[in-house]
Amino acid sequence: MKIHALPAAYGLAFTLLTTSSSFAVTEISWWHAMTGANNEVVEQLSKEFNESQSDYKVVPVFKGTYPETLNAGIAAFRAKQPPHIMQVFDAGTGTMMAAEGAINPVAEVLELGGQPFDKSQYLPGIVSYYSKPDGTMLSFPYNSSSPILYYNKDIFQKAGLDADNPPKTWNEVWDAAKKIKSSGAAPCGFTSTWLTWIHTENFAAWNNYQWGTQENGIAGPNVELTINSEPFVKHFQELADLAKDGTFKYGGRTSEAKQIFLAGECGIFTESSGGLGDVVKSGMNYGTGMLPYDTEPQNTIPGGASLWVFAGKSDEEYKGVAAFFNFLSQTDIQARLHQVSGYLPVTLAAYEKTKADGFYEKNPAREIPIKQMLGKAPTENSKGVRLPNLPQVRDIMNEEYEKMLAGDQTAQQALDNAVQRGNAAIKEASN
Amino acid sequence: MTPRVVFPNKILPYLLVAPQLAITAIFFYWPASQALYQSMLREDPFGLKSSFVWFANFRKVLADPNYLNSLKVTAIFSVSTAAVAMSVALLLAVMADKVVRSRGLYRTLLIWPYAVAPAIAGMLWLFLFNPSIGSLAYLLRAAGIAWDPLLNGTQAMVLVVAAAAWKQISYNFLFFVAGLQAIPKTLIEAAAIDGAGETKRFWTIVFPLLAPTTFFLLVVNTVYAFFDTFGIIHAVTGGGPGKATETLVYKVYNDGFVNLILGDSAAQSVILMVIVIALTAVQFRYVERKVHYG
Repeated sequence: MKIHALPAAYGLAFTLLTTSSSFAVTEISWWHAMTGANNEVVEQLSKEFNESQSDYKVVPVFKGTYPETLNAGIAAFRAKQPPHIMQVFDAGTGTMMAAEGAINPVAEVLELGGQPFDKSQYLPGIVSYYSKPDGTMLSFPYNSSSPILYYNKDIFQKAGLDADNPPKTWNEVWDAAKKIKSSGAAPCGFTSTWLTWIHTENFAAWNNYQWGTQENGIAGPNVELTINSEPFVKHFQELADLAKDGTFKYGGRTSEAKQIFLAGECGIFTESSGGLGDVVKSGMNYGTGMLPYDTEPQNTIPGGASLWVFAGKSDEEYKGVAAFFNFLSQTDIQARLHQVSGYLPVTLAAYEKTKADGFYEKNPAREIPIKQMLGKAPTENSKGVRLPNLPQVRDIMNEEYEKMLAGDQTAQQALDNAVQRGNAAIKEASN
Repeated sequence: MTPRVVFPNKILPYLLVAPQLAITAIFFYWPASQALYQSMLREDPFGLKSSFVWFANFRKVLADPNYLNSLKVTAIFSVSTAAVAMSVALLLAVMADKVVRSRGLYRTLLIWPYAVAPAIAGMLWLFLFNPSIGSLAYLLRAAGIAWDPLLNGTQAMVLVVAAAAWKQISYNFLFFVAGLQAIPKTLIEAAAIDGAGETKRFWTIVFPLLAPTTFFLLVVNTVYAFFDTFGIIHAVTGGGPGKATETLVYKVYNDGFVNLILGDSAAQSVILMVIVIALTAVQFRYVERKVHYG
């Protein structure tokens, strides 16, 4: 023991010395929920920022899954020790927005940092999702994605389908799925992750159908869901009918269905553009296409997460946060993030640069979500969806969809129940 | 005549129990009182606005059909888990007791699963029975069973009960083995000489003499099914499909940590506390009387 005591004491002294010498540096804590390769990106970005200047030091801390990170942030705020920056997933956006007084809008933070926020440089679909009704941007978009279509080219060929032309409309998807099943090319035709995010929220935006009143909650509170209207009923009845003989296969509430597609069990698959990495890694002969629509596409809405800044910190600390956000917004960083990780670029300049680099010619799948989001100016149905309790409402929808797919109720009953229970929950949460 | 132990020092006894009291106060009474206080508040997740609403949260929770559903789910889940875990463990213990050669090996293997963390046990079962990649799910389908716990609530319940019971069998097995060893061989031999068959010997001698162990395990297993199975349910079904496997504990978590309705969640945990206190009291007061402590 004695032998070890001496180096330990040296080590301690060394640590004390090095930390005391860095007292002039303002530390910026960043709580996030990124794992694996995405965690490495977080570490790398923080390191590069810290090396690029000497006034601030960003310290990233992994806090678990998205909901766990949100909870940790809330608990820390209640204990009056919140981090500076916290990553919050799309469904938690409404929760954060409702917490005025707990957060500091990113637009104000950037203003304070001396580099006012220029909205025109950012992708409009993403900015509008993370802004207040009056246009103030509240959080900084970090990792955004949008749902697209994937298909297995080998299965398409076996089923006698055109492997170079994926189905464009939902009707074409249903027909192709039936053909895959009936020809025996694969045990199932179609599967999908996230029935809530893809087949409800994005289904509404992409087809320009209303999901809820008050511009889906973007314009104000007292939202009422309207997803039991005819187009939704038709879409879900189709899924329920296809589920009966296994032409459509349900995988779970979030991303579980990815395994079914990767195992070669289903020919067609709708999933986040962020899922591309796993599809590539599987070595499958895959193709991609735009998210299918009914008659005419509008624009899709982002998923993923954004960075929120907590209130109650000093101006000096906010300047550091602003410096970090400005660092992240640089075209080179954004272009690299987009190309390496598959997140959408946040700025238009990064998109143009990637295009000019010829990246999309080799990786066409990376451009699909951007084209989907930039396609048309968002309408009141397609800016996004926002509720103070979106995770809870998504759970309610999932429960009703599961009962429908199990054959316990029709699509009309499922959607009526989802609307009724969802509205009650929204009302409760808005009090 | 054992002499009465006398502590001349008036302070020392208090000092000696103080650490235990402090732990109980900090880790039980304080959080429990916080939960009680929270259960009468209605506030937003960040605690920016809060109002004292007395018992409104309790009224709301108890009138919620989803809560009554999870009460039913918990009852089915706990009874099934305890029954399966205890009966299988008893069977294995009786069998292992008969083995003469490499008895230690069998025992070690049977005790092994207890060292597995609930979430890992959940994942293990999830992988075995996953409708698309599970090897056992494949066998079930080959046998003509439409296995799909993702959509079929009954199958999902069977799966979580199996996973939860499997995890607890080892623990029960250990206690049953010890209990069996404490039964005097002479009694069994005497019964054998009187002509009692194996089954008769078990039900008339072994089983009644095991009652203290069985009773103890009943309490432990019920508490286990109520509280310690969260990890399994979280990993295997997440409370679904629909709300088919949402137990009381899972609902407390879901409402509090996912849906961020803190008042309702706290009210539910207070109700849960009352249920468990009552359950334990009943078990010790009434069931224990009928137990034959040999």
